[in-house]
Amino acid sequence: MSTILSIRDLRKRYDGGFEALKGVSLEIEQGEILALLGPNGAGKTTLISTICGITTPTSGSVTVGGHDIISGFRAARSMIGLVPQEVALEPFETVIRTVRFSRGLFGHPRDEALIERILRRLSLWDKRNAPVKELSGGMKRRVLIAKALAHEPRVLFLDEPTAGVDVELRKDMWDTVAELKADGVTIILTTHYIEEAEAIADRVGVISGGELLLVEDKKRLMARMGKKRIEVLLSAPIRKIPPALAAHDLVLTGDNDTLVYEYDTHAERTGITRLLNDVAAAGLVLRDVKTRESSLEEIFVDLVSEGRS
Amino acid sequence: MNWGAIAAIYRFEMSRFFRTLMQSFLSPVLSTSLYFVVFGTAIGSRIDQVEGISYGAFIVPGLIMLSVMTQAISNASFGIYFPKFIGTVYELLSAPVNFLEIVLGYVGAAASKALFIGTVILCTAAFFVDLRIAHPLAMVLFLVLTCLSFALMGFIIGIWARNFEQLQLVPLLIVTPLVFLGGSFYSITMLPPVWQTITLFNPVVYLISGFRWAFFDTSDVPVGLSLLAIGGFTCLCLAVIWWIFRTGWRLRS
Repeated sequence: MSTILSIRDLRKRYDGGFEALKGVSLEIEQGEILALLGPNGAGKTTLISTICGITTPTSGSVTVGGHDIISGFRAARSMIGLVPQEVALEPFETVIRTVRFSRGLFGHPRDEALIERILRRLSLWDKRNAPVKELSGGMKRRVLIAKALAHEPRVLFLDEPTAGVDVELRKDMWDTVAELKADGVTIILTTHYIEEAEAIADRVGVISGGELLLVEDKKRLMARMGKKRIEVLLSAPIRKIPPALAAHDLVLTGDNDTLVYEYDTHAERTGITRLLNDVAAAGLVLRDVKTRESSLEEIFVDLVSEGRS
Repeated sequence: MNWGAIAAIYRFEMSRFFRTLMQSFLSPVLSTSLYFVVFGTAIGSRIDQVEGISYGAFIVPGLIMLSVMTQAISNASFGIYFPKFIGTVYELLSAPVNFLEIVLGYVGAAASKALFIGTVILCTAAFFVDLRIAHPLAMVLFLVLTCLSFALMGFIIGIWARNFEQLQLVPLLIVTPLVFLGGSFYSITMLPPVWQTITLFNPVVYLISGFRWAFFDTSDVPVGLSLLAIGGFTCLCLAVIWWIFRTGWRLRS
């Protein structure tokens, strides 16, 4: 795979002095889905806005498909599609006209077959002649995507595409993203929803306080950072953890009938065998044993709090 | 040059105009008719000819200029302010277009609308007075240049404005008084000498005078000076817009 988007030491300081980006560097491969996670004010939208030309960078460089976003802005922007966070649409225009406008703005000739394909894919074809103001919130979000796709971008930025939409539409969006990836489109999405990143991203970037804390393959990140926990359900509640089990650093939860043990999946010795032997030796009877992996959300919270400290 | 983008912006802006065609068309026809009823017939019948021209005909160039200037400003300012207001300006800023292409699209559409309205007023006026145009080509040139320069000014106002109140501020408090006091309804030779001198500081005087010359071959100030004034004003507006896009003033953060 080749690099399609390259960001080098990108900084943005606003007029008021606030530093929204503190030297972000990032390489994005063609055809991948990168999810940028971060709390409010982390710099996610500033990063996207700067790449797309809405915000002027203070320093650093960005190239899209090898084209610098300042000196080669035409070629760079031609490759980019942007779905903004806010639903911003001309309310009195019809769906099809506003999508045609977006294509025209990028200098492309009219292509009614393509527009029809895009609108059908996003379930908007039946509403093509409806004024935008008559659409539901979810449909308006789809119109934003249709507009961003109208000039056939190679890189698509989705700035919190599913913020405030219902579960069904969110799943639809994920399907659309998967289809676009299959078409070879590189997708960078920002999201608050960890499950979104977990469900569709290839790589995950965590941004906080204008700094990119890490970018890593989602599965590797979960494997590296992930902890597993064993929940040992006892047949009867106990008052306290027996002294013989003190070395295992257990937590007693539930109705005092569950022992929780956390371990590192990559450690040479997980300590599970010894734990189970010690539990049996302490005279405790097991009812069940469950294992659970830590979610991306827990990893994210850990990283951000580490970054803050 | 991204001609496709210019055409897309132009078409998009014109579609707003045609969506409200009745309002766009009827409003100038009605207001012009009212001006003729009040100034041309009721008051004009008591005024002698001005510089050998009937008063009704004399006010036609001023009336056209009045509407063209205000329409060019309001269309262009609204055209760029509305995307800022509703947030769709992101699309413009992230598209592969430069400042000239954006200006050509928006200002071209605003100027076209003003030109359309100017033509409608001219046709309406022909029903009320006996019109003659001494220099038709110069008339078209003055009309087009006025549409363009005031649309450029409107574009600047639209970028500068932070709310709808500011959007109306410059047209209402500056442009309308300057147009009314710029000889729309009188010749500046009718004023006392002191006011004649003061009036010469009003840039609109040069535009109306030049436009009136194109109709009646008579002017308050030399025609060359009128052309210079409108050319200079257009260049000034273009320079300001170039600076706006270079710095991103009130557009890019």
